[in-house]
Amino acid sequence: MKGTNASITSNKNKGVWHSMKKNYAAYLFLLPKLTLFIVFIAIPVVWAFILSFQEYQIIGGNEWAGLSNYLSVFESEAFKKALLNTTIYTAVTVPFNVITALIAASLIHSLGRFAQGFFRAAFYLPTVASMVIIAMVWRWMYNYEFGLFNYVIGWFGFEPLNWLGQSNTALWAIIIMQMLIPFGVGIILYLASMSSISESLYEAATIDGANALQKWVKITVPMLKPSTVYLVLLSTIGSFQVFTQIILMTGGGPGYATETIVHLIYKTGFRDFEFGLAAAQSVVLFFIILVISILQYRALRHDE
Amino acid sequence: MRKFSIKKTLIVSLLLLFSIVSLLPLYWVFSTSLQLSSYQDDDLERTTSYVNANPPKMYPMGIPEYFEHWGKAREAEKNDDLEQATYHRDMMSYIVEDTFSGFKRLFSQNSMGMWFFNSLYIGIVVTVGVLLFDSMAGYVLAKKRFPGRNIIFWLIISTMMIPSQVTLVPMFIMVRDLGLMDTHWALILPDLSMVFGVFLMRQFMYSIPDELIEAAKIDGASEWRTYWSIVLPLAKPGLAALGIFTFMNVWNSFLWPIIVLNSANLYTLPVGLKTLQDANLADFKLLMSGAAIAAIPMIIVFLIFQRHFVKGLTLGGVKE
Repeated sequence: MKGTNASITSNKNKGVWHSMKKNYAAYLFLLPKLTLFIVFIAIPVVWAFILSFQEYQIIGGNEWAGLSNYLSVFESEAFKKALLNTTIYTAVTVPFNVITALIAASLIHSLGRFAQGFFRAAFYLPTVASMVIIAMVWRWMYNYEFGLFNYVIGWFGFEPLNWLGQSNTALWAIIIMQMLIPFGVGIILYLASMSSISESLYEAATIDGANALQKWVKITVPMLKPSTVYLVLLSTIGSFQVFTQIILMTGGGPGYATETIVHLIYKTGFRDFEFGLAAAQSVVLFFIILVISILQYRALRHDE
Repeated sequence: MRKFSIKKTLIVSLLLLFSIVSLLPLYWVFSTSLQLSSYQDDDLERTTSYVNANPPKMYPMGIPEYFEHWGKAREAEKNDDLEQATYHRDMMSYIVEDTFSGFKRLFSQNSMGMWFFNSLYIGIVVTVGVLLFDSMAGYVLAKKRFPGRNIIFWLIISTMMIPSQVTLVPMFIMVRDLGLMDTHWALILPDLSMVFGVFLMRQFMYSIPDELIEAAKIDGASEWRTYWSIVLPLAKPGLAALGIFTFMNVWNSFLWPIIVLNSANLYTLPVGLKTLQDANLADFKLLMSGAAIAAIPMIIVFLIFQRHFVKGLTLGGVKE
């Protein structure tokens, strides 16, 4: 950056030493964070990879297990089901939430200052509450006998269902809940990006006779693309880590109907204490997220 | 003009409908927490629970019942019917007591107060630490040139992509071997090492003019003094945003705390709420009272610092 790094790297060792000594204060400033980072992030990350190739015994040493943990991960029915459930959950909720956030933000943007502030708060407020709270209240709302949800869908002629207790509805109950939680971050980011789109673009389109919808499709949506890419990546990553709702609302059940990857990691590691296997599962999760992020980034960035 | 206002009405009503859906669960937390849980009719024959009611009661029934008894008590007093008046007065105080009984049981039969305090102090300790350490690191990474700067920065940033679940197992072993299991250190230390703030602070510090820092140096200020009295005050908006997000993350953090905490008096609020639910699966008045207590502080923080939330989100997001 700005050529300074190039000159540092091209210097001889002596120059580096001199520069390090001269800048000792910079290293002192970095010391607390760097120490914490190394101990509680860098080492555990490397260790997780090592553990995934080991058979971990609580007493006694660790034995190398080669790829056997990974083989058990991919052979296990539970993991396959967890991967499938997590994928369905992500594939439905992420596009839905990003698109509704875009529409909501576009509608809000057309309003005056006061109304903008009100709706922005109304949509962001539920997201500051912990998922623990949201999951607890939705478990109550999905109650078969007294739940609000069955009551409300009754207005539209639907029969009451034991949403969380049946294996054919439990995953959908979790999905519907996620769809009805507003994507507050998305709405706020979209609103911020919309206000930076130049007015002259819209003026030019108006002169060309474009209507509101055409302007939205041809100007607003393409101009918001960087935000869309970011939001899709952000919510996909978050979605693949879904856990709190699962442990508080279904415990992964009935059967494996709502098992997700992180809930399975939790069970494997901290209920069954199979550390090697849990580490392998989490490494697999990491690569899944990495690959999906790269693919999404490329796909969404393709035409630019 | 007319067409315009119809369009606007449509937009506003659509958004209002959407916000009702979005706010309904939070409303339901508060409504259930204050719902009458057992209520006797005037003939004393039937005890009703308005919590478990089908169809559900849409607001705390104590409110209309209270005023009904109040009216009847007034009437009885007017007619000098002392027995009736006392009965209705007693019912009024019973209704108040029952309405808030969920909260009372949380504090008397469970350690809600302790959980609240634990969450609060851990949140504050972590937030202060993160603000200090991350702004120090962000400052030198943005403004100083020294060997290894880029390597350190990219090393830190590259781990932001790694899902935190990857480190669960090694961290568990480490915390156990360090003897920190079932202590608050097991929460505080890992939370202090989160790297997002370094990235945010570095972005923010870039916008501080170099001239100011140079001027302080020429005036003979030490590195620490320059950071403390020139850089930090200029970074206040960034610090506010980072502080709020750190506090919110710690306050809501769940997966790691349920793994490392075992003693009820050490629980944070989310962990306490989970054990509360495990022990009282169908007592929704109690559960919603707990949820309400956990939700209130974040709602207040949000309403006061709304501006900083927006700022933090847009800072952390796309800046292209």
